[in-house]
Amino acid sequence: MYRNMLRIRHFEERLAEESAQGNIPGLLHLYVGEEAVAVGTCSTLRKDDYITSTHRGHGHCIAKGGDLRKMMAELFAKETGYCKGRGGSMHIAAPDIGIVGCSAIAGAGIPIAAGVGLSIKLRKTDQVCVSFFGDGASNTGAFHEGMNLAALWELPVVYVLENNLYAISTPTLKSTRLKNISDRAAAYDMRGVVADGMDVLSVYESVSDAVSKARRGEGPTLVECKTYRFRGHHEGDPKRGETYRSKQEMEEWEKRDPIPKLASKMIKDRKATQDELDLINREVTNEIEDAVAFAKQSPSPKPEDATSYLFVS
Amino acid sequence: MSETRELDFAEAIREAIRQEMLRDNTVLVLGEDVGKFGGIFGCTKGLQAEFGEERVRDTPISESAIVGAAIGAAVTGMHPIAELEFMDFIGCPMDQVFNQMAKIRYMFGGSMKVPVVLRTPCGSRYPVACGAAHHSQSLEAWFMHVPGLKVVTPSMPYDAKGLLINAIRGEDPVLFVEHKILYYAKRMASLRGPYPTLIQKVPEEPYVIPFGKADIKRPGEDVTVVATMMMVHKSLRVAEELSKKGISMEVIDPRTLVPLDKQTIVDSVRKTGKVMVVSEDVKTGGVAAEIAAVIMEEAFDYLDAPVRRVSALDVPIPYAPVLESTVVPQERHITEAVLEAVGQ
Repeated sequence: MYRNMLRIRHFEERLAEESAQGNIPGLLHLYVGEEAVAVGTCSTLRKDDYITSTHRGHGHCIAKGGDLRKMMAELFAKETGYCKGRGGSMHIAAPDIGIVGCSAIAGAGIPIAAGVGLSIKLRKTDQVCVSFFGDGASNTGAFHEGMNLAALWELPVVYVLENNLYAISTPTLKSTRLKNISDRAAAYDMRGVVADGMDVLSVYESVSDAVSKARRGEGPTLVECKTYRFRGHHEGDPKRGETYRSKQEMEEWEKRDPIPKLASKMIKDRKATQDELDLINREVTNEIEDAVAFAKQSPSPKPEDATSYLFVS
Repeated sequence: MSETRELDFAEAIREAIRQEMLRDNTVLVLGEDVGKFGGIFGCTKGLQAEFGEERVRDTPISESAIVGAAIGAAVTGMHPIAELEFMDFIGCPMDQVFNQMAKIRYMFGGSMKVPVVLRTPCGSRYPVACGAAHHSQSLEAWFMHVPGLKVVTPSMPYDAKGLLINAIRGEDPVLFVEHKILYYAKRMASLRGPYPTLIQKVPEEPYVIPFGKADIKRPGEDVTVVATMMMVHKSLRVAEELSKKGISMEVIDPRTLVPLDKQTIVDSVRKTGKVMVVSEDVKTGGVAAEIAAVIMEEAFDYLDAPVRRVSALDVPIPYAPVLESTVVPQERHITEAVLEAVGQ
C-alpha cells in the first residue's frame, strides 16, 4: 500500500512538472492528497474485480494495477497509451485488469457500475465492482438512479464516494445540507459508512467489509471517504484553489498527508525500517522516470487513423 | 421445416428477442414494464414467463439507470436489450446514450465493446391515438449526429426481425427505433386496408439482415422517394395511387440511417433524375436534410430537379388531430411533392 500511494504521488507530481513545461497536451485533474482512498480501496480487490472511475482517475488506475508506462503514454497522447492516445487523462480504460473506464461526466459511472454488478450477478461469479466518484457527483440524478437500482437488485457493487469537500470551487455544504453524504444510503435501504480518507488503513477496513458483503451476495454499500485534494481542481486552478479555500485549511489537511502517516506507523510498528522505505522511494522514482522516458519516446497516433476504433464492425 | 407466418411488427420484434435469448444466455431484457406486463406495446409479452425475472427485468422509472446498467452489463460480457417506453423519454438518459454508450469504444482506443441494443418507439400515432408533445416525436436524426451509434429504422416486420437479430448478434451499440403505428396492425383492421405491408410473411427461423443495405420497396422510373419507417407505408400507398395516373415512383427504405446505404440512393437518382426524402422528424436539421445533402454531394450531376424534403413542420407535435395531421407528413403531402417533382 505504501508503494502504491507513493507511485500515485510521484506520478502526479511528475505530471504537474511535465504539464508546466508544456509537455502534456490536455487538462490534468491530479489526485495528490487522496491516495489513501484509491489504494485502501483497490487493495481489497482482486485483479478480476472491476472499477469505474472519474475525471480524477489516475490514482484509481494505478491502484488497480495500471501499467505506469501505458498510463504515462496515454497522458502524453501517444499510440502506446492505454487508449492509443484517443482518451487522455480523463478517459483511461484497461479491461484486462478490470478498469472498465473513467468518465469525465460527473456521476456517469454510478449506473454503469450497477450494470457491471448485474452482469456479475447473471454470470454467477463472485466478482465485485467498485465505483469511484466525488461529492459533486452525489448530487446528480445518475447517483440516485444508480444507487436505487443497485440496492433494489442487491448488486455486488461498492460505491466509494471521495468527499474532498469541493465540487471544483463549490463547498459540499453549499450543495447539500448533509454533513455525511453517506446518510443518503439509508434512502435506498443500503449500508452507508464513513471512512477517514486520509488514512489508508481506515479506508481499507471499511471497503474490505463492504467488498466481502458484496461478494457474499449481500448487496451494495456506500463508503464515504473524507479526503482533500492538495492541488487545485485542475492544473491551472489559480493558487491551488486558494481562491475558494483558505491557506490555513489547506495546511491543516496537508498535516494529515496519508503517505508520511503510513510511513510513521510502519516504522513505529516495526513493519519497515526507514532504509526500506527509502529504497521503495528510489524504486518508485525510477519507475516514474522509466514511464516518462517510454512516453516521450513513443510514437504519436497517425492522422490517417483518426476514424479507427469507432465500431467493432 | 421452416414455416412462414403472417406477423405484425411487434410479433416480429418479440420473436427476434425470444430466439436470441434461446440462442445466447448473455442476452437479457430490461426496461419499464417489460416483464409481466409485456412492454407498453406488447413487444416483450411472455418473455418473463419463459426466461424468468433475472433475464427479463422490470426497472424503476430511471432511464439513466436503464441505459447505464445496460452499458455496464455490455462491457462485461452481456448482450442487453434495453427498452425506453417512448423515444420522447430519451432526454432523461441522454448522457448515457451519447457520451457513454456511443463513445466508450472510440475513446478507450478500441479496447472495449458496448453491445447494447436500445429499443425505443417513435412517431405520431395519428389516427390511432393522439400522443401530443411528449409521446409522438421522431428524434432519430439526433443520433445520426453522434458518431459511435448505429441507428436502425425498420419499416416492416420482415426487416424488423432480421435487423434486430443482427443488432443483438453484433458487438456495437445500436439505437433501434420502432414506429409505434406499426405495432397496431393486427389490433386495428382499419390500418391494414391502406397499409397492407404492416403485416408480412416472416420466416420462423432466425435470419440476419445486414446494416447499411437499403431495400427498394417498390421499383419505379419517374421519381425516387427515400422514406423511413411509417413514411415507407404512406409512400407505397401514394405510389399505388399515382401509378393509376401513369407516374412510376421508386420507393427506397434505407432501413438503417447509420450506416446509410448511399449507393442504392445514388443509383436510383441516376435512373430517375428526381428525388424526394420523406421522413417524419422535423424538417430543420433532420433525416431528410442529411440524406438530401448526401444526394447533393454524390448525385448532383444526375438531378433534373431540386431535391425535395417532406418532413414534419418545425413545431412540437400538437394534440388536436386536425393539427397533428397537418404537422406530420400524410399521403397528401407526399402526393403534392411527387406531382411537383414530375411537373404535374
